[in-house]
Amino acid sequence: MSNKESLFSAKNRQLLLGPLSKENPVIVQVLGICSALAVTAKLEPAIVMALSVTAVTAFSNVIMSLLRNTVPTRIRIIVQLVVVATLVIIVDQILKAFAYDVSKQLSVFVGLIITNCIIMGRIEAFALANKPWASLLDGIGNGFGYGLILIIVAAVRELLGSGTLLGFHVVPQAFYNFGYVNNGLMILPPMALIIVGVIIWIHRSKNKDLIENN
Amino acid sequence: MENLLDIFVKSIFIDNMIFAYFLGMCSYLAVSKTVKTSFGLGVAVVFVLLITVPVNYLLNNYLLKAGALTWLLGKEATAIDLSFLSFIMFIAVIAAIVQLVEMVVEKFSPSLYNQLGIFLPLIAVNCAIMGASLFMQERDYANVGEATVFGFGSGIGWLIAIVGIAAIREKLKYSDIPKPLRGIGIAFIITGLMAISFMSFLGIDLGGLSN
Repeated sequence: MSNKESLFSAKNRQLLLGPLSKENPVIVQVLGICSALAVTAKLEPAIVMALSVTAVTAFSNVIMSLLRNTVPTRIRIIVQLVVVATLVIIVDQILKAFAYDVSKQLSVFVGLIITNCIIMGRIEAFALANKPWASLLDGIGNGFGYGLILIIVAAVRELLGSGTLLGFHVVPQAFYNFGYVNNGLMILPPMALIIVGVIIWIHRSKNKDLIENN
Repeated sequence: MENLLDIFVKSIFIDNMIFAYFLGMCSYLAVSKTVKTSFGLGVAVVFVLLITVPVNYLLNNYLLKAGALTWLLGKEATAIDLSFLSFIMFIAVIAAIVQLVEMVVEKFSPSLYNQLGIFLPLIAVNCAIMGASLFMQERDYANVGEATVFGFGSGIGWLIAIVGIAAIREKLKYSDIPKPLRGIGIAFIITGLMAISFMSFLGIDLGGLSN
């Protein structure tokens, strides 16, 4: 019986840790890039976005997993959208109440969590066929896998683009005195795409089995 | 009139959905292997944007915005602000309209349905559609005409982007790319380069009508 297996068995650990590298939602499954990259110019909004998406993915997975036997297949998409939209509204209201500045920076991208493909993708691919606990782990794992990429991209862009991390100056003043200049291109949108491309390159050269043939 | 043209050009080139905001990237990367299919998806996106943005504009202005209900309930309704409901409202409208468009196209133009049919369900969760409605809400356009033009322009911008990358990816089959970079990796980098080239449009002077 699967009920007997411990809460953190090897299989469940795999659900949690797999999405960090081998099954990463962004760089391997190519999901959820839509709303992600625009918030990576600075580290702080990227972290907030990562946490919001993790929360929504985890809870929507649990809710849909609990409902999986009661919702008719034909109307499941609309039910999923309603569940996800409700969770996103809650996240948005919380952000507006407790982190107003970040919420302003994120602007429309909080709303766009609804259409983030990771959430719908994980519900369809996992939560509809698995028990709530496993779905929760899968949701958290994928949320963190997504957050990991977001934070790497944001850290690179903020460090090279503004010389800061989380708003603190990291590049010492002495460097600037020697003629070091912040790379303004890093703050502009195109660099987010190129950095993700480079991350994929590095990741695949470490994991040869992920290489595409065409 | 000039104002409309201004919004149109701006939404295609300067505020391009893909290159400036990365919206709709999932289907952009997944469906951009051949020019033909990506053109089909692009047309479907334009079509759906053209309908959903004005509909959501009307809903936002006559139902959701702070004080929007005064036309119905009189002066005392100025305090009512339903804008927290906008996410769920917009996504419901989009899902319903996509379904409706799918049914209408299937009924009246089976040939078009054969080309677009498979893409239409994908569009309900395309971030570009939802994103356009949210930008429309945030930028607070003056009338429904402006909102429509914005929706149409955003769609055209998305279409240009996806057809462009598909054409490049068709040629890429013959290039010698480092193995780990093949497929999705190089697609990202090319999109980045395309985005840099689109940034040259930032310098366009639109006659000072917009800020």
